[in-house]
Amino acid sequence: MRETKLSEIISSLNLKMICGEENIGCVVSGGYVSDLLSDVMANAKKGNIWVTLQTHPNIVAVAVLKEISGVIIPGGRKPEPETIKKAEQEKIPIMTTELSGFEIVGRLYGILNK
Amino acid sequence: MNQEAILSEEFEISGGDFVNGGRASCLIKNILKEIGIDAEILRRVAIAAYEAEMNVVMYARRGIMKLVLTPKRIIIKVEDEGPGIHDIELAMQPGYSTATPEMREMGFGAGMGLPNIKKNSDKFNIESTVGKGTNLEIIINLNNKNV
Repeated sequence: MRETKLSEIISSLNLKMICGEENIGCVVSGGYVSDLLSDVMANAKKGNIWVTLQTHPNIVAVAVLKEISGVIIPGGRKPEPETIKKAEQEKIPIMTTELSGFEIVGRLYGILNK
Repeated sequence: MNQEAILSEEFEISGGDFVNGGRASCLIKNILKEIGIDAEILRRVAIAAYEAEMNVVMYARRGIMKLVLTPKRIIIKVEDEGPGIHDIELAMQPGYSTATPEMREMGFGAGMGLPNIKKNSDKFNIESTVGKGTNLEIIINLNNKNV
């Protein structure tokens, strides 16, 4: 598997950058998709990009603890203002997309498994 | 067995504070990371501490999370003032949860919390008094290369 930077994913999938731009140079080690926080804690791996419909600030704590490379919120949802504030403090990149979770994950899989 | 504490820290957890929930666990992970604790141990500490912390946030009024590091192990104690657990055996079953619909909508209450703590601990003790609160003790052994 080739090393993929978060910045490459953002540009090729046309993701909207919400915050945490200073860390888009990091390498994405794969991905994880889940809206259950315990499941993410148990199974996501360091450096994964995380796709979730959750928009509340606790996703930032999960991302920090798991050393997630970035969070994608699909389906045109927006992170809560408090989530953005926390993510800025912790330098966690959050991106949004109008695409559905299914579509964005399919494209991510294509990029990350080349 | 040397039980002497190299480091001891305490963090407060506020019940119902979902915005700051996870803060204590992040601080604990950072402290241990800076000391140079092995990544696999850190991963287990992070999971166990986060689940224990969020249980306090979800169910209790308040709680204290204590981190004690000894030459051989990491000990995390969580003591809360809250409703307690009626049936610990039932609460330990994967998938069992008393979370509200609102908590479930936020992605909590999958019934994975206590099982995840147990799975990531070398030793896990839980004591609870209904109407008073719950105490957890999570012990994670260090391997030789950490000391």
